[in-house]
Amino acid sequence: MVFEVLLFAAARDLACSDVVQIEVVVPLDGDSGNAKDVCGQSGDGIRTTAKSILQALGEQCPELQALLPSCRLAVDCEYVSPETCVSPESEIALIPPVSGG
Amino acid sequence: MNEKHFIELVDGPIQMEDLREQIDHSDAGAHGWFVGVTRRRTGDLVTETLHYQAHKAMALRELDSLAKSAMKKYSLLRLVIVHRLGEVPVSEASVVIGCSSQHRPETFSALEWIMNKLKKDVPIWKREVYCDGKEEWVHPGVDGDDGEALP
Repeated sequence: MVFEVLLFAAARDLACSDVVQIEVVVPLDGDSGNAKDVCGQSGDGIRTTAKSILQALGEQCPELQALLPSCRLAVDCEYVSPETCVSPESEIALIPPVSGG
Repeated sequence: MNEKHFIELVDGPIQMEDLREQIDHSDAGAHGWFVGVTRRRTGDLVTETLHYQAHKAMALRELDSLAKSAMKKYSLLRLVIVHRLGEVPVSEASVVIGCSSQHRPETFSALEWIMNKLKKDVPIWKREVYCDGKEEWVHPGVDGDDGEALP
């Protein structure tokens, strides 16, 4: 399943792009998998956890690796916890530590 | 505009004069403003200019939520939060917060609380451009960045 992730600030510069596409393997019903990490298929369609997206970002975009531990993920303009289930149809954004003001 | 609070992201200079009347209220005994401006010197570093970037839709949502929380927490009568994006040259304002309340303690406390929350949760980032030509994003907590980003 492909997820698009919006990038900002240093993450955008490191990836040389304002958006990246990452592939996350989502076990379907009946597949074995870590139930804590995978939301799988539900009535809302195929989803995965925010944590899995961050992990996939680190693997598929190694240039972001150093920044990722301090980043948060936002889905549809709201911060989410690592366990939150995320749909590929949602707007997903990687939020590095902010510095407004 | 919302009846009690006003938030905005702007791409040019913040027009303070246009904001003043936004916090008028006949029951107010205190008006307070905080203006964050681009500082030229931070220790040995000399800043040429700053550039701000935002996740605009999310920043507006976070600012709206922050404004509502502040209105309630400090019983504010009116509140204005405006942040500038793009380049903000030295001595120009990047952020303006104004509020009014019945008595001064609420106004004093609210300004500091709002700024602290804004710097923690609102998805806006600054990039320092130094006079020696170096540039860097300010990401507090990353690679020893101490978050020394007070405006």
